[in-house]
Amino acid sequence: MSAYSQPRPVGGKIFTLPVTLLAAFAGLAGALIVWRFLVGLGASTALNDGYPWGLWIAFDVVTGTALSCGGYAVALLVYILNRGKYHPLIRPALVTSAFGYSIAGLSVVIDVGRPWLAYKLPFFWHWNVHSVLLEVALCIMTYTIVLWLELSPAFLERARTSSNAMIRRVGQKWLPVARKSLLWLSALGMLLPTMHQSALGSLLLLSGPRLNPLWNTTLLPLLFLLSCIAMGYGAVVLEGTLSARFLGRKPETDMLAGLGFAMIPLLGAYLVLRLIDLAVRGQIGALFGFDLYSVMSLIELALFAAALAMVATDAQRRNLGNLFRAAILMVLAGALYRFDTFLVAFQPGEHWAYFPSVTEILVTTGLVAGELAGYIILIKIFPILAGEPQAAPAR
Amino acid sequence: MGISRRSALKAMAAATATTVATTVGARETQAAAVAAPPDAVGMLYDSTRCIGCKACMSACNEANELTPDTALSGGLWHMPLDLNEHTKNIIKLYQGPKAGEHAFVKRQCMHCLDPACVGACMLGSLQKREFGIVTYKPELCIGCRYCEMACPFNVPKLEWSKALPKIVKCELCSHRIAKGKGPACCEVCPVGAVIYGKRVDLLAEAHRRIAEHPDRYIQKVYGEHEAGGTQVLYLAHVDFEKLGLPVLGDESVPSRVRNLQGTIYKGFMAPVALYGLLAAVMFRNRKKSGGAEAEEDKP
Repeated sequence: MSAYSQPRPVGGKIFTLPVTLLAAFAGLAGALIVWRFLVGLGASTALNDGYPWGLWIAFDVVTGTALSCGGYAVALLVYILNRGKYHPLIRPALVTSAFGYSIAGLSVVIDVGRPWLAYKLPFFWHWNVHSVLLEVALCIMTYTIVLWLELSPAFLERARTSSNAMIRRVGQKWLPVARKSLLWLSALGMLLPTMHQSALGSLLLLSGPRLNPLWNTTLLPLLFLLSCIAMGYGAVVLEGTLSARFLGRKPETDMLAGLGFAMIPLLGAYLVLRLIDLAVRGQIGALFGFDLYSVMSLIELALFAAALAMVATDAQRRNLGNLFRAAILMVLAGALYRFDTFLVAFQPGEHWAYFPSVTEILVTTGLVAGELAGYIILIKIFPILAGEPQAAPAR
Repeated sequence: MGISRRSALKAMAAATATTVATTVGARETQAAAVAAPPDAVGMLYDSTRCIGCKACMSACNEANELTPDTALSGGLWHMPLDLNEHTKNIIKLYQGPKAGEHAFVKRQCMHCLDPACVGACMLGSLQKREFGIVTYKPELCIGCRYCEMACPFNVPKLEWSKALPKIVKCELCSHRIAKGKGPACCEVCPVGAVIYGKRVDLLAEAHRRIAEHPDRYIQKVYGEHEAGGTQVLYLAHVDFEKLGLPVLGDESVPSRVRNLQGTIYKGFMAPVALYGLLAAVMFRNRKKSGGAEAEEDKP
């Protein structure tokens, strides 16, 4: 752990062709968002009174924040299980988390019908303390701020080397403060996701009477929590492999393989609990009923099991191609579980149907594109990525 | 590294076991029966008396200043398919497979004793207010539509057509009740198929009708116990499920979430304790590995 763990800006040209294209997509989404606010939700989305929550909630918020659990998952490994060797992964993971949560927050603002009143959410005298959604909303708002604050040392380190004297002074003055408060922030950065990622599962408990029994279990919060941490490791593996590849760096095989290992207990616990729960509630027959719900559940379980099988041995985990594919399956498994719970298992009645509108899809893809562009720009300017360039740094 | 792989796994397993135990334990907690507010009012709808004239639908729109839904009638008259942003009250027809087997059903908010929408609502926009009526305060509504996700009766609706929408649902004409009148639908009904009154009185009346004509009714008052009980009650001669009234247990919908939250969060003690624990473990780990070196940059 010498120069190896020292994060440095990647450098290079900011607006490369891929970044420009991604930014263009994000710009299109921005225009569509303006349009959505002008014409309302009915004209711009496929949402309806049967399916009041659609792609923006199921993907941008529920799946998006789970995919952004990298910062949380790696922090658990480093700070709680004291695996210091993973420390270089924290900053890049926090960046993806910070972007993912910011996008989720933005999506909520776009999705709700009366966002101009959202400023009342912190008014505690109005709080309905039994509302799971309130807990989710407050936790996600706070956690997004915590994530950017956790990254503040990276920004301040860069500020310290700025050519502008005033920015330099800000960096000098605040960096020690930021570092001192990091422990308290990081603890909050682990508490909040534990609360809201499980609460995202609890949300659907209130829809219980209209939720397909294959998904309708009191274990929803626990299953959501276990799978979001595993998805966090999956997302960090994907991010680590891709950034090594595209930036021409040596992949951190040792660390990424370790993340593969960390998925095992999570995936194992998830699968065991899911199956025991189905058995206890007498749903095994329904699981093999081969209707839509049974098939979706089986695909989910197969994805989880396949991801687990692919990270089972040390040799498998050290094979980066295999580990990358396992991480893709892991992320898909968790995403499908969330889509199923929020959109497939939810049955408002036969005459209701929902498939996202073009606007919804373009806004979601545009926001993801913006997130990717933001990530690339950030790692070029600020000291986020550790590790050494393989050959000459890519320009 | 201070902690071996084995002890790390052990810690993870222990944490999982604890969570499972508490989550499963939550299921054992029994919900206390929901008591009706002492001043609870409601409606009794008797499907056997309804002639399907829909006068209640027009009266509802008039009393609540709702514009008619004319999409299906070529712009001529109010013709909604279901409750929607123009419709707080609807009469539907059930036609069975047997000749002549039919029944009308009136749908509107059930005014549950322990409503799922109220449990969902973040800032208490939807609340049981005077007379146990579930009313809506737009100034506290962010438009999240969790009430729509939660209501087992599919009642709350959003004004999808508007850029600045509100939630639309039956509020039992609370503005008329404040003036000493009853709900518009009950007032206009020409055959007394839907009547307004105190819930206790309506419940007694429903049981009286069943006792008087046991051959005419399904032997049950829908809403007496469903989802913890509702302030709108139903009598019918065909299965309530066929009329679109869902089969629900006696337990109120939000009680399941409250029990689970209570078990996991213990007020707000558990999160505070967990925060302390996380910080303590981090502090110890940092000390063990020789100060905050990880956060410092090296020369």
